[in-house]
Amino acid sequence: MNIYLKPFIYAACTLLLISCGDDGTKEVDAKSNRSFQYFPNMYESVGYEAYQEGAIFPGNMEAQKPVDGTVSRGWMPYEYEDDNDGYASAKANLINPVPLTEDHLSNGQALYGIYCAICHGAKGNGVGYLVETEKILGVPSYDAREITEGSIYHVMYHGINYMGSYASQTSIEERWEIVHFVEALRADLMGVPRKPVMDKDGKIVMPESGAAQQVTDSSETTNVAADSTMTTAAGNAPTDPQDQQTNDGQ
Amino acid sequence: MIKKKLHLSTLQLFLASLFLVFSMMGAQAQEDATTSDAESATPVEATPSESDTSGGNATQGEALFKANCASCHKLYKKAVGPALFEVTKRHDREWLYEWIKNSAALIATGDAEALAIYNEYNQSNMNAFPGLSNQDIDNILAYTDTPKPVATTAAPVDGEAAAGGGGTSSMTNNIVLGALALVLIVLIVVLFAVNTTLKRFATANGIQTEFEEEDRTERTPIWKAFVQNQFLVLVTAIFLLLASAYFVYGALMSVGVDQGYAPVQPIHYSHRIHAGVSQIDCKYCHSSARESKHSGIPSLNVCMNCHKSIAEVADGTYQEGIEEYGIDYNKEIQKLYSATGWSEDEQAFVGEEQPVRWVRIHNLPDLAYFNHAQHVTAGNIACQTCHGPVEEMEVMYQYSPLTMGWCINCHRETNVDLAGNGYYEEIHKELSEKRGGRQLTVADLGGIECGKCHY
Repeated sequence: MNIYLKPFIYAACTLLLISCGDDGTKEVDAKSNRSFQYFPNMYESVGYEAYQEGAIFPGNMEAQKPVDGTVSRGWMPYEYEDDNDGYASAKANLINPVPLTEDHLSNGQALYGIYCAICHGAKGNGVGYLVETEKILGVPSYDAREITEGSIYHVMYHGINYMGSYASQTSIEERWEIVHFVEALRADLMGVPRKPVMDKDGKIVMPESGAAQQVTDSSETTNVAADSTMTTAAGNAPTDPQDQQTNDGQ
Repeated sequence: MIKKKLHLSTLQLFLASLFLVFSMMGAQAQEDATTSDAESATPVEATPSESDTSGGNATQGEALFKANCASCHKLYKKAVGPALFEVTKRHDREWLYEWIKNSAALIATGDAEALAIYNEYNQSNMNAFPGLSNQDIDNILAYTDTPKPVATTAAPVDGEAAAGGGGTSSMTNNIVLGALALVLIVLIVVLFAVNTTLKRFATANGIQTEFEEEDRTERTPIWKAFVQNQFLVLVTAIFLLLASAYFVYGALMSVGVDQGYAPVQPIHYSHRIHAGVSQIDCKYCHSSARESKHSGIPSLNVCMNCHKSIAEVADGTYQEGIEEYGIDYNKEIQKLYSATGWSEDEQAFVGEEQPVRWVRIHNLPDLAYFNHAQHVTAGNIACQTCHGPVEEMEVMYQYSPLTMGWCINCHRETNVDLAGNGYYEEIHKELSEKRGGRQLTVADLGGIECGKCHY
């Protein structure tokens, strides 16, 4: 009897061993069910939570738009329409209400790094990582267009062409902080001095002095990788000579 | 004697067959590797032709097109502006020079052709490009006249062939497994046949094959022997108790802990591609993590910031999705379009909006308070500290246990960056001296007091 059984056992063992070999690349075992919950009311609360489904809401969604006419704290209406006239009028009339201080500028730089640099590039030359890898194309360099603080804000608020609106991701103040940083990048690209920045004590610091230089320096060091690739990518771009100027200027 | 010999030969036969199967498997895998190498080595590239009828340089034109035009125009598809393939056949070249250099001026002159286009595309202004020379424009036009490369249509066919030929790793494995099972079955049948034949020989030659066991009745059965050995019973009992305690403890500790929870989402969103390959910042989409309690599921307008222009993934990414994950990424993007009501043909949101029913993964019970902004913005903690290597996750899963012990551990170990906090400088210094001059942790600042998280 033993003789007949053994091959079966061997075969079963081999099959078992081999069938285990495929996956196992994930460190944490993925599972598609939640584990047992003790007192589930603490997990699935009676009150409505963010993004929850709920039959009493229109469209079954807890996430609703605010009632017409209500505004959140600190919100200000933006009166420039999303059309050519609105753009032109914002470009001519809209003025940055946020003072150009070191704090605002560095905030602007951090936010620029999150939202803008992925396409516009860490230097604003239109060669961000997504452009480099040809996933998104046709991002202009900041110095290739005639832009003002008003038009920068307007485009962030409404979007333009293939660029979407960033109004849902940023607050009013944050957008103006980004405007400050974009203007600084544009000045660098054009090879002209940046606007004077106010430091923490309220003193005006001219861009040639240490403080403003520090800001550029830190942006330089954080984007070493981007720089090295940029030089090759900029070879095709029509903005080449201006890039060169900026590099020389710094 | 003979029985022993027979037994050995079974084992030998089995080992030999196993060796055979494995060597076959190895050979097949090698074959696969070489064929896939050969496939990938064949060039699938269609560069635009260098020389063109109009005298423009298509390669230079391509670079110019990508830098200046591609934000609104695509070659073979309507975008913000019209598709530009064979635009030279639709418009006069001189007219195109004028239009590209300053379209607004051309419209202002009342040119009928210009007005028609202006009105067709919702009166959106095209940027003026006074910086482009006629030669530049010729180059761009040469590029826009390049016909759609054949390779883009050939690539999926190529991929199908590769998949059909067992080029995928899972396919190969399945085939190998199937072959293995078949071989084993054949082997077993052969073994039986050989065995019976040998036995028949043995009986024919008068050799005894089945041995009667004479002392069978005198032996005590194994379970009786086991029961009689009290020490063994005790050891086994202790072992069983310990083992079951171990498993019960494990089961109890996993109550309410969803580490590794990876539900199937309605749209297959790959964090690997977005945060890993494309290097998009986490906070780009989860922007509310910077300033609110919730990190937020991004609303679909954030997706559309990029996906208005990215309707299809690159060929390589598409192949990867099909072969490694069994996901058609382009179909997933289409799901996004139908949810937002985006129409590719009209390049506008025209359809009905359909909310996406994402499945929540991370869920703290209401008895614990957690605030993202406090950790992300004030604490400057990287998202990966708690959420793990999200940039490598094809399917999002819960990386951390999210238990209280896990929170407390981190609060005990994490040093707080107190630099630049002028107001509390003295207090922090004194506290640090009290703690033996070491850097202060979150726990030192009250981070493990009950009321910090439970109230």
